[in-house]
Amino acid sequence: METFLKSIVENKKGWSKGLLGLMGLFVLMFLATTLYAASGPTGSGDEYRTFMGISSRNVIWFVAEVHLMFGAFVLGVPIFAVTLEAIGAKTKDPRYDKLSHEFVKLLGGAFSTTAALGGLLAFSLFGLYPRFMGYMFDVFHDVFYIYALIFFGESFTFYLYYYLWDKMQNRKWTHIWLGVLLNVWGTVLMMVANTWAGFMMSPVQIDPNTGNFIGTTMQAVTTPLWHPINVHRILGNIAFGGFVGGAYAAVRYLGAQTQAEKAHYDWMGFISNMIAIAGLLPLPFAGYWMGREVYSVSAVMGNNMMGGAFSWTFILQAVLVGTLFIFSNYYLWIGMERIPGSERYSKYIKFIEGILIICFAVWLTPHNLPLNAEEQIALGGQYHPTFKFLGLMAAKNAVINLIILSTFASFLLYRRANKKDGIPFSEQGTRAKVTLCGVGALCLAVMGWYGSFMWNADPAIYDLPADRAKYFKLPAMLMFIQMAMVFVAIGLTFMNKGKIGQALYLGVGVLSITFVLGVYGFIVMAVANPLLRNIAFTQWSMMMTCLLLVSTIDAYLFHGAEEYGAIVWGKMPVRSQYVLILLCMAIVLNIGLMGFIRSGLREDWHIYGVLRDTSQWAFTPTNATMAKMVSACLLVFLGIVSFLFWLTSVDSKKGHGGSGEGAHEPIAKPIGGIVPNPALSMGMQHRSMTGGAGGVGTGDLAGGHFSPGTLSISKDEKEI
Amino acid sequence: MGRIPLIGKVGIIWVLMYLALKFLVSPPLPSSVIFMYMSLVTVCVLLYVSVFQDDADAFFGPIKRFIAGDDNEGGLRKLSRVVVFIAIPLFFGFRSYNSNMPSFEPPIQQRVIHPAPPTQFVGLYNPYREDKEHFAENVAAGGKIFFENCVFCHGDKLDGNGIFADGFNLRPANFTDPTTISMLQEAFLFWRISKGGIGLPEESTPWDSAMPRWEAMLSEEDRWKVILFLYDYTGYAPRTWE
Repeated sequence: METFLKSIVENKKGWSKGLLGLMGLFVLMFLATTLYAASGPTGSGDEYRTFMGISSRNVIWFVAEVHLMFGAFVLGVPIFAVTLEAIGAKTKDPRYDKLSHEFVKLLGGAFSTTAALGGLLAFSLFGLYPRFMGYMFDVFHDVFYIYALIFFGESFTFYLYYYLWDKMQNRKWTHIWLGVLLNVWGTVLMMVANTWAGFMMSPVQIDPNTGNFIGTTMQAVTTPLWHPINVHRILGNIAFGGFVGGAYAAVRYLGAQTQAEKAHYDWMGFISNMIAIAGLLPLPFAGYWMGREVYSVSAVMGNNMMGGAFSWTFILQAVLVGTLFIFSNYYLWIGMERIPGSERYSKYIKFIEGILIICFAVWLTPHNLPLNAEEQIALGGQYHPTFKFLGLMAAKNAVINLIILSTFASFLLYRRANKKDGIPFSEQGTRAKVTLCGVGALCLAVMGWYGSFMWNADPAIYDLPADRAKYFKLPAMLMFIQMAMVFVAIGLTFMNKGKIGQALYLGVGVLSITFVLGVYGFIVMAVANPLLRNIAFTQWSMMMTCLLLVSTIDAYLFHGAEEYGAIVWGKMPVRSQYVLILLCMAIVLNIGLMGFIRSGLREDWHIYGVLRDTSQWAFTPTNATMAKMVSACLLVFLGIVSFLFWLTSVDSKKGHGGSGEGAHEPIAKPIGGIVPNPALSMGMQHRSMTGGAGGVGTGDLAGGHFSPGTLSISKDEKEI
Repeated sequence: MGRIPLIGKVGIIWVLMYLALKFLVSPPLPSSVIFMYMSLVTVCVLLYVSVFQDDADAFFGPIKRFIAGDDNEGGLRKLSRVVVFIAIPLFFGFRSYNSNMPSFEPPIQQRVIHPAPPTQFVGLYNPYREDKEHFAENVAAGGKIFFENCVFCHGDKLDGNGIFADGFNLRPANFTDPTTISMLQEAFLFWRISKGGIGLPEESTPWDSAMPRWEAMLSEEDRWKVILFLYDYTGYAPRTWE
């Protein structure tokens, strides 16, 4: 600790500047907010101001969006950084610790930038929208102070976590708990900030005569949209952090000077992509939940969102989400070329791709088609008699689950690409059997709970007539069938026929989720509309059990499996790295687009239905304006991030070289986008990258330097 | 197909997909949807041919060789390259000219079918829905109102094929379509019936709708009763509280 404090005083690493700047910024922010708060909730001054004649709405829009992008990054990365660190500590594999540390390094500059942008946003809001901020301060004055205090907690925890990384190598789990604490601070901080967004969209406890808030602070916090926003943002942050981390790895891969660097950043890109996919998988359902809650809060906002002014932005969103899924899969498929034995599975890729593209086509199809006059006459109306169904939520729910399961299939192929059959399950230890049964019990519990609820549900809870009770039965029955399949799949696994068990469980799951409930959703939409959200949850929970049970079986199916050869990290064509960069751009655009929609739904209200926006900028911008603004945010965000990443790379230039044989080997000129390196071919990779006979390289932990030894993937080591 | 090079196979698949979307779907798909699907097909084939390096070489190799040329190529090949290089900018120039040239064609519409209702219509409930004792009676009353006022456009089967329907563009709403009233709250229908086409917001092209402003002709009670009838006749349930 003394050394740490000394390093700050001596300004050794430069980060201390950021820390001090951060504190200064907060002092200023406190002074400013206190002064404004003192002027009363509604104030007597101007309602709106401008800054250098620029549209105040655009100023706030831009600053808030870029601030949120950085916020998503600095909140998402610690979640998986500490997870990777824990995996490293548990498996004693230093690669994970190294990778985790590298992710945390990326946070340093981003953290200060997020805080600076937050300060700028606060200044801008108080300066340009004093009446609105007066109202908000009146409602949330307690929360603002708590927010600032939590930020201090998070800042100091982050700096402790970062600076004590090397010093706490001997107390690894204490350090990991520090990382957990950082995540707790970060998540609570985000949840506090979400209370403002939640209140602005779904205000409660408002005096209908005066428009004043008459409730308690806790009531202002716990608005109906608070938790949907919380869940959506946490998952989104993980995906966002993963994709941005992946882009960082891709850029470093493209500029790598040695084969060891290439191998490291190839692996980092892969891990980042997997993290992003993990965050991405539950996101569609979280978004659906939030959308339904928005509709519940206000039918006007709900209509505007999916059927009105913002419906076309959701088509753009579908393009971006489809891009994320399809190109994540594409990255996995390309990666199979570096895995010996993967050729056995390459023939399946075209089927997965076909399913993904068909699903994407459905996902993309609007209900209300853009038509010229001739086409409208030919159709006899605004809707196509067949394709109109593809635009409905029932169709979207069906295909998004299939997209997720197809992505999971790509992951399974990737995972087993270089593996021969493993130890028969019946010969594996008690731990395997207990784990599998435990996972099965969890799946049974989830489906049993919800299936029972659906079977016994009273239609009156949804304001539906009693005769609609029969529509609850089919989803419940499908869940019970899937529960039976849990027993079948586990039973077959115990009989060493786990692959058949997996296929049956997935097959029945896909049949129920996509085809039966997909079609059934259309019926339910017509006769028992509120039930559609229950159908969606049924589909999602069954899909999640597919992921959980099948991946657990898979882990034991190939436990101790002999391999065709080790994964040749660093052997990726350059186009794969551009895919990682594309994914990063797609998620940044997506977060900007969805931010526009969520905020724009309030239309000309600062606080929906309570405080009207009477400024000259109260109109809803066109999609063209939105596209320009979000693109500007993308450019600025990526520009600043690139600068920060460059700083990180300057700091870490001393690493990644190592001393092992082949570590400094120059990279051959790429031919066809792939860098050939005979030393990295199957069987020789282990020796070439460890610098010895399988030993861990030197200096990788003590000095914070990278060792090529940490890159080796030998036959007796597991890849993710 | 075995002897056809990969680039040829891709071309054939692309053309077949286009022909299928253009001519096999009835009624024909709008050009905007065909464009969207063909963009997807293009992305799909490009991804497929670039997953594995051998395929990528087989697909992009001939293109690269055609563009770059080589020392041994014949005059015909050089000529074709020159033709292509001239044709491509000409093609895009022609497209650009066509799209900017004034036209008598009305622009493609992105009409909003179900716009957001005004705030004063949100949260309204049909007062007759909870009246179970007189439910059938109220439905019958609603039916009578429908057949006296609405049937001429919306049809006696509520399918939008009334005797005046062919005279309108937009055609009257088809209530039997499962994607119309079943997706809407009763308050939304009450707004549409009360304010008619003229009360639509601009994004819903109020000038296209011939729907009268029924609040000038029917009492509030009658409008709620006719809504009750619409749902009862079609068997659909209104979207409720969510």
